[in-house]
Amino acid sequence: MRRYLLNRLWQSVVTLVLATIVVFVGVRALPGDPALALAGEDRDPESLRAIRQQYGLDQSWLVQFWQFISHAARGDLGESIRTGTPVRSMIFSALPVTIELSVLAILIAGVIGVGAGVVAAVRRGGPAEWAANALALLGLSVPHFWLGLMAILYLSVALGLFPASGFVPFFTNPVDNLHHLILPALILGTGLAAVIMRQTRSSMLDALSADYIRTAEAKGLPPKAVIGKHALRNSLIVVVTIVGLQLGALISGAVVTERIFALPGFGKLTVDAVFQRDYPVIQAVVLVTATAYIVINLLVDLLYSVIDPRIRVRGEA
Amino acid sequence: MRPVLAVKDLSVTFRTEDGRLSAVDQVSFEVADGEVLAVVGESGCGKSVTAMSIAGLLPRTATVDGSVQLDGTELIGADKRTLRSIRGREVAYIFQEPMTSLNPVFTVGHQISEVLRTHIGLNRQAAQARAIELLKLVGIPSAERRISDYPHQLSGGMRQRVMIAMAVACDPKVLIADEPTTALDVTIQAGILDVLRGLRERLGTSIVLITHDLGVVADLADRVAVMYAGRVVETAEVHEIFAKPQHPYTVGLLGASPAAGRHAETHRLSEIPGLVPVLSEQPDACTFADRCSRADDSCTTSQPELTAGVHRVACWHPVREAVEV
Repeated sequence: MRRYLLNRLWQSVVTLVLATIVVFVGVRALPGDPALALAGEDRDPESLRAIRQQYGLDQSWLVQFWQFISHAARGDLGESIRTGTPVRSMIFSALPVTIELSVLAILIAGVIGVGAGVVAAVRRGGPAEWAANALALLGLSVPHFWLGLMAILYLSVALGLFPASGFVPFFTNPVDNLHHLILPALILGTGLAAVIMRQTRSSMLDALSADYIRTAEAKGLPPKAVIGKHALRNSLIVVVTIVGLQLGALISGAVVTERIFALPGFGKLTVDAVFQRDYPVIQAVVLVTATAYIVINLLVDLLYSVIDPRIRVRGEA
Repeated sequence: MRPVLAVKDLSVTFRTEDGRLSAVDQVSFEVADGEVLAVVGESGCGKSVTAMSIAGLLPRTATVDGSVQLDGTELIGADKRTLRSIRGREVAYIFQEPMTSLNPVFTVGHQISEVLRTHIGLNRQAAQARAIELLKLVGIPSAERRISDYPHQLSGGMRQRVMIAMAVACDPKVLIADEPTTALDVTIQAGILDVLRGLRERLGTSIVLITHDLGVVADLADRVAVMYAGRVVETAEVHEIFAKPQHPYTVGLLGASPAAGRHAETHRLSEIPGLVPVLSEQPDACTFADRCSRADDSCTTSQPELTAGVHRVACWHPVREAVEV
């Protein structure tokens, strides 16, 4: 187990460095110059040079990269070129919003997706399966932004059930916080719910025709135990994989959703930084996102062996 | 003696895309207390369907008619709750594939305890303790440790022993063993048969043994019912079947299976030409007529009924002479 974790850690570091290089080069290859953006109307060569010097933009890419990496390793992500705020504090204030939004979205998608998937598999051929399939198709094909706008238009503006935008920190007022986040999380979770539903349905159908289900029935177990325990536990491995794989889609979905509901999260931070060519912020955002991705994938891999004892990570046996 | 299990005129048909399919037709047999009844026949002759229909385990596409009485309680047409309370408690099953019949994601201890907790209402600790006893009963060494193993950590023979432990957990009246040794190595088979024999002797469990292996039949059974194309064609005490088989199909089955002393002159096994027919409906004829060397017009125009008595046969031209099989 320890060897496995060390191995994974080493791989993660390589991945992170590679991701950082790609982004570092990528941002600089974009048309646009942060010095120009900063200088505004007053763009004489003298002040441009001063700005470049201040942020180290006059150095070679290699030096800039080394500076970024060595600082980041010490937890110093630099300052925003735009506002001068430490990037770390910008990330610390935006991250909780996105994490909460994503966790809520995954929870909602999991409950809806697994629930509908199980019903569709058990009530195969009936109206319940038809309805679940139709909903899944809808959830997959309707774009987030349109769904978000419609939700705001009807649920927030017309009916006034939910706030249309804004954010209240969880520790300030938990109820208000959930009230603000539930709609964006629902919108963000629809696509994932549809994917989870379809996977749950097909893996449940597989599980339900397995020999061990016949055994469970022959033991006289109630349907609740046969379906909800013996079959579902065997189907969950697929669901966990799907959630892991869909994480990328969830993060990009969060960017759009945060934009629509004006949430001060990671998505908004990223988009603003890109528009303003705020190199340190973009780099930091990618670094954090990549780290999150790696950590979550590791958690998913570890979760496999909890769900299915046949899967044991290398080095443990 | 009143039979523990009485099956009478059991018929099963399946709804398929090509119309109805008859799998079991007018099957009747009885199993006495502590008796081992072997149901033998080729693949596709309706043995397993008969076994599954006893506790209502067939899929929804099946229609079951007739009567199955367990200690006087009618099971055909019983509601789901009644059937659930009987399954695992009074009628228990062992299946052919020990590799896939256990759930891979739960420990064997959990899977055995589950039966005890469902039917007897034991708490976690009591069920666990009883599960260890059961594992010892079926001859699993170091049961205390094995209890927390997952199925994939056990060999095929050990898994089948776990299946048996699970089946006898609530001391059922009838144990239905559907090809319990077919998927196992020959060396392992003998051990499993020993366990079954021991259970019958110690617990007095009646066993319905579904098999196509006549060696297993000779080893364990008291009485034999030979099935062909969904019907019972011959039933007798086990030594009668081996010594004086009367139905040409039984004669064929015996001739097709190797045994010491038999086939001494030719050194070859005989075979029954053709295959078991797939029937959309049961004809008014002997279903074996097409493959039978003794068949004549009477065989293709009317269905032979089982004769009365201890050794019963459904044949117009039963084999009376001592046959060299």
